[in-house]
Amino acid sequence: MAREQRIQLIVNGRAYDKTVPVRLSLADFLRDHLHLTGTHLGCEHGVCGACTISMNGRSARSCLTLAVQADGADIITIEGLRAEDGTRHPMQQIFLENFALQCGYCTPGFLITAIELLRDNPNPTELEVREAISGNLCRCSGYQAIVDAILTAARKELA
Amino acid sequence: MSGPDPTGAQLGLPYDKVEKHVKPAWFDYFAPRTLEEALQILGDAGREGRVLAGGQSLMPMLNFRILSPAVVVDINRIEALNRLHAGTDGLTVGALVRHADLLRNPDVREGWPMLAEATTQVAHMAIRNRGTVCGSVSHNDPSAEHPSVLVTMDGTVVIAGTAGRRELPAEKFFTGMLSNALEPGEMVVELRYPRPPIGTGAAFVEFARRLGDFAIAGAAAMLTIRDGLCESARLTIVGMGEGPFRVHAAEEMLTKRRLGPKESQDAFAEAAAMVVRAVDPADDVHASSSYRRHLAGVMAVQALETALARTGGR
Repeated sequence: MAREQRIQLIVNGRAYDKTVPVRLSLADFLRDHLHLTGTHLGCEHGVCGACTISMNGRSARSCLTLAVQADGADIITIEGLRAEDGTRHPMQQIFLENFALQCGYCTPGFLITAIELLRDNPNPTELEVREAISGNLCRCSGYQAIVDAILTAARKELA
Repeated sequence: MSGPDPTGAQLGLPYDKVEKHVKPAWFDYFAPRTLEEALQILGDAGREGRVLAGGQSLMPMLNFRILSPAVVVDINRIEALNRLHAGTDGLTVGALVRHADLLRNPDVREGWPMLAEATTQVAHMAIRNRGTVCGSVSHNDPSAEHPSVLVTMDGTVVIAGTAGRRELPAEKFFTGMLSNALEPGEMVVELRYPRPPIGTGAAFVEFARRLGDFAIAGAAAMLTIRDGLCESARLTIVGMGEGPFRVHAAEEMLTKRRLGPKESQDAFAEAAAMVVRAVDPADDVHASSSYRRHLAGVMAVQALETALARTGGR
């Protein structure tokens, strides 16, 4: 019956071919089936932004996407940001340098969001940064350091 | 579905080990490639069927088990529904057009600026990337932007089912809190927004505690001015009632009035007073009823003033 389905997709550059229950969320698929536990789950209903991943080049809530909907998709998770040799993505490095994380739970979602923002708008105002990250909740950093990190990244990239 | 929810093992599926945290109840999933197939499946499912487009409203409701449909029809692979077209007479928005698609379209920003302005205020980037305009309209959350914009612009909802197509004026589509005029087996395939007449200005404003959150109150206003007189006025309040809340008394009061700088100030204050009398918001944890009522009047004035400034001073 239509309760399980085969999916083929690319995650962080690697091809996967899996059969999954149709009600499985993409977040649970990434974490429990592919063991990519860097995608975090906070609220599981689209509010907190911790599970934000990149799907076909656009940020998406993996808790609000079914794994079967990712059939044929190209997904990037936090594990896919660093280079092959382990070098951090520039945005990861800048978050580190700006103390833009404490417990780190929300960080994967923030990084995906921040990278998308600067791709679409390389020179954002502070308000635009705050608007862009408004869908990601952080309970310890207080946001200021995150905003600073993203603005620093924009200045570095423009330089 | 009713009765106890069978586990993966009971269904003979090998997923119990990794299905401990599963949230939605079981459903049968279909991802048809044509609208005809989708309508057939929806028609067969009747009341048990739900359409999945962007999933930004349906998926939370499935995760919470507020809804547990037996059949989910994922329309994301139906290319024909991904149509966004700006013509001389109007704008057509197909069922797969995402909020972000509207924002990236220069024709929309130019010809239907209120729609673009409202869309920037829909939730957050990741949600605008996935969520659809038709989905927001179908869902009809009282604090959502798109239902009120569609009503204010006098748009049309195009509905399809196995019996054929029908069109409803926006106002007839919204039938109460989270409710619409769809019959079982039907779905929204398209929205149409008429091109605003010359001399029209429109604005959408909302107030939320945090950017992108559900609005505590908002307003959509559209004014058409000819020879200094208000030829038509539309005013809809967001977040107050069971859905888009048009303030007919204020619209009638504004129509045929001269809206110069001084006159408009008085007229808009009068409109705000009418709004405050007309709405009847509930208290909740975010705001008291009296605060919401006051805010509705403030939003109405802001929307009307901005709309007037955008009419081009005719």
